[in-house]
Amino acid sequence: MGTLIIVWAAMDWYPLEGHWFPERVVENGSIDHLFYCILWLTGIVFIATGILLFWFLWKYDAAKNDQPVVFSHGSHYMEVMWSVVPAIILLFLAIYQMDAWAGARMRRPTLANGQPMPPIARVTGRQFEWRIQYPGADKKFDTPDDLYVTNLLHIPRDEEIVLEIESDDVLHSFFLPNFRVKQDVVPGMKQFIWFKPIKDGAYDIVCAELCGWGHYKMKGQITVQSRNDFDAWLQKTYDEQELSEFSLAEAE
Amino acid sequence: MSSITADGHAAHAHSSGEFGVGEFITTYVFSRDHKVIGIQFLFSTLLWFLVGGLLAIGIRWQLAWPWSDMPVIGPMLFSAEGGQISPEFYTMLFTMHATVMTFLVIIPILAGAFGNYLIPLMIGADDMAFPTMNMLSYWVMWPAFFLFGGSFFVAGNGASSGWTSYPPLASIPESAPGSGLAQTMWLLGLTCVGISSMLGSVNYLTTIIQMRAPGMTMMRLPLTIWGMFITALLQAFALPVLTAAGLMQLLDRTAGTGFFIPEALSVNNSPMAPGGGQPLLWQHLFWFYSHPAVYIMILPAMGMVSDILCCFARKPLFGYKPMVYAMNGIAGLGFIVWGHHMFVSGMNPGLGMTFMVATMMIALPSAVKTFNWLGTIYGGKIQFTSPMLFSLAFVSMFVVGGLSGIFMAATPVDIFIHDTYYIVAHFHYVLFGGTAMAVFGGIYFWFPKMFGRTMNEFWGKTHFLLTFIFLNGTFFTMHILGAVGFPRRLADPYHYETFRHLQPINQFMTICAILMVASQIPFILNFFYSMFFGPKAGRNPWHANGLEWQAPSPPGHGNFDFQPIVYRGPYEYGSPESDKDYYPQTQPPNERGQADVSPTLTDK
Ligand code: HEM
Ligand SMILES: [Cu+2]
Ligand SMILES: [Cu+2]
Repeated sequence: MGTLIIVWAAMDWYPLEGHWFPERVVENGSIDHLFYCILWLTGIVFIATGILLFWFLWKYDAAKNDQPVVFSHGSHYMEVMWSVVPAIILLFLAIYQMDAWAGARMRRPTLANGQPMPPIARVTGRQFEWRIQYPGADKKFDTPDDLYVTNLLHIPRDEEIVLEIESDDVLHSFFLPNFRVKQDVVPGMKQFIWFKPIKDGAYDIVCAELCGWGHYKMKGQITVQSRNDFDAWLQKTYDEQELSEFSLAEAE
Repeated sequence: MSSITADGHAAHAHSSGEFGVGEFITTYVFSRDHKVIGIQFLFSTLLWFLVGGLLAIGIRWQLAWPWSDMPVIGPMLFSAEGGQISPEFYTMLFTMHATVMTFLVIIPILAGAFGNYLIPLMIGADDMAFPTMNMLSYWVMWPAFFLFGGSFFVAGNGASSGWTSYPPLASIPESAPGSGLAQTMWLLGLTCVGISSMLGSVNYLTTIIQMRAPGMTMMRLPLTIWGMFITALLQAFALPVLTAAGLMQLLDRTAGTGFFIPEALSVNNSPMAPGGGQPLLWQHLFWFYSHPAVYIMILPAMGMVSDILCCFARKPLFGYKPMVYAMNGIAGLGFIVWGHHMFVSGMNPGLGMTFMVATMMIALPSAVKTFNWLGTIYGGKIQFTSPMLFSLAFVSMFVVGGLSGIFMAATPVDIFIHDTYYIVAHFHYVLFGGTAMAVFGGIYFWFPKMFGRTMNEFWGKTHFLLTFIFLNGTFFTMHILGAVGFPRRLADPYHYETFRHLQPINQFMTICAILMVASQIPFILNFFYSMFFGPKAGRNPWHANGLEWQAPSPPGHGNFDFQPIVYRGPYEYGSPESDKDYYPQTQPPNERGQADVSPTLTDK
């Protein structure tokens, strides 16, 4: 029994020793906040039930307990209490999180004129790479001035970013751990995700839905940079693309 | 009363005498006796449990030391790659691990093994309502065994689209190496498992409704039987949907239909006809069954644990009726929460909110059950036998699994933790920490009834302690991985910068996992040794109340050597009306002091 207690106790404190959320680089911290709310609530319940359990086991051990057993078939009062109290807590949680969900999934950022904000780029999942397409100067996709890159997504800092995500073949999932963003990419569907990055740096794009044998290597990189650096990158990459297409055409 | 007793003894039906080959086959192979079928299920599923465990070691090996030669087994299995696990093989490993564990172990061990063995005995019937159908329900598992087992040896070495078999990956043979013949065999195997469960569930429902002994009202059923009953209901209503979906996927693969294949799809640069379908449709259909299926995998276990806790706390169950309502509530709500597997699937986010509220509410009956279990052991005289230890472990592990479920029910949080190891941690707490613990508890508890001998307590406790420690070592750490966002199903997670520092903790888990599998050795040895050489058990070695304990150990064909009549519920331990600390369901009331003449006690 002693071992059980040690294992039990060790279980809850160990995670706090270092491995935890990856750094958050977006403005919206509501997911982290909710996670901690639930962690507190469940942590209390977990420890309380654990203590109760072990206390009962120790106290009512047949080898020591010479009291007659409590012959009881239950208590209506207790039942009502422990149904109603958790119900209130759960209902509170359910309502409390609705706003965060709506923010993440239903309220797409808008332009000053109230129009939905257009995507800065289109990301297409494909076995086993992320194809990224910028609309170019005319702000329209699938026109001759589009810019194509694979696996390298650049975005400007401190702006609301909207991305259009799609799939060419099977299911993938566009997962940005540092951005708290994840969305399955479904062939035949066009979806939008949005977030506001606040810190420069390069972070992983992970595929989080099994998409075949190469699933593990479907890695991309998302780079957050200042507006100026971003524009410069866009221009430079676009020039390179023109150049290579030009040389390609010449070679033929 | 006494006339029944006398008749009962005369009715003892077990035949003796010479045993021909034909008789051997009808008694032990194609038996129509629910007890033999139950034990057949038990042995088959335990064997697959071993297979599933070994596949898990493969997964864990790769996550701890990716692309390194596997000692001993590696060169034997895949000499071509120099003993390394390839990414194709890895996808097969977790697909088949999960498939084996859910469809060939947990579901059939609860419903097939315990359900078959216990239902007639616990309700006082002489067999199932349809014994031949019952026999069939075991034997259609064999095509499934061959199909799943055989899929390891065809092109692709086993299905590899995940146990959820999401299209288009699963429905387009070109999209993955294991998506060829192996996937077709997987679908056919699933259909066979489905037929087996369907035959079983019809049988259980009829038996429980029609064949209860006199006096055994529904509200006197042991919770094990309630669990089996509700499980059978869930099977009956949800399974046809999965079977239909499976057939649709089969048609997509073989007949060129496009139920799950969208317009203008191209895989490997070749266009896929005909399109016009919806990949999300599969997910809805699949989870419409597979969400209730997680209750199929836990409700009977909850019932078994309730019975065991009462017996070894020597106390009545706290709140029998609320427990029954909670089980029904879980089952009812279980049908409307499947969408919580699809929060990030691309499903309409408005629907996400509805499913979220329903899911939060389903946590409630689970909480009620937990508090009732605590209430049950409160004020008892607790005996720490092996079955009791496993049942207590069930309660504590179920708390962990239940609480981590709340994180996933919270839609915004699920955005981050979906498809990470947080999920893997959660369902292993529920399924391994929960159900498998209850299964072990159940085996130790009913072993004396099944084989007439008791298992060794010392080795039982050793088995328990080791399993419990390494279980937590393996699975608790997965929560931490999940918090970092560590995705599941990656052959090499260290390919990503974000997860590179997690290799040591994965190595720790792998060592725990290997030790956990090794901890089953005392169990296996104890099981087989006790079967033949364990001390003989009487009818009622635990002094329990249930009807099954009034039958001989092991019961002969026809189960009871008297006509059981039920006078009370199964949990009257410590009743002041009884002169013992238990009060068997068949013992007539108001016969204090004379109880010893009842047939229930003659050999104890
Ligand atoms: C009661 C027994 C068990 C059941 C019902 C079970 C069930 C499952 C299921 C449903 C999955 C999901 C697989 C997927 O992602 O498609 C899974 C994954 C996994 N299981 Fe188990 N399992 C059991 C025992 C074990 C044991 C004993 C181990 C380790 C020794 C283990 C290790 C794993 C691992 C590492 C994965 C992750 C695969 C991935 O990355 O997706 N499981 N299991
Ligand atoms: Cu992918
Ligand atoms: Cu992928």
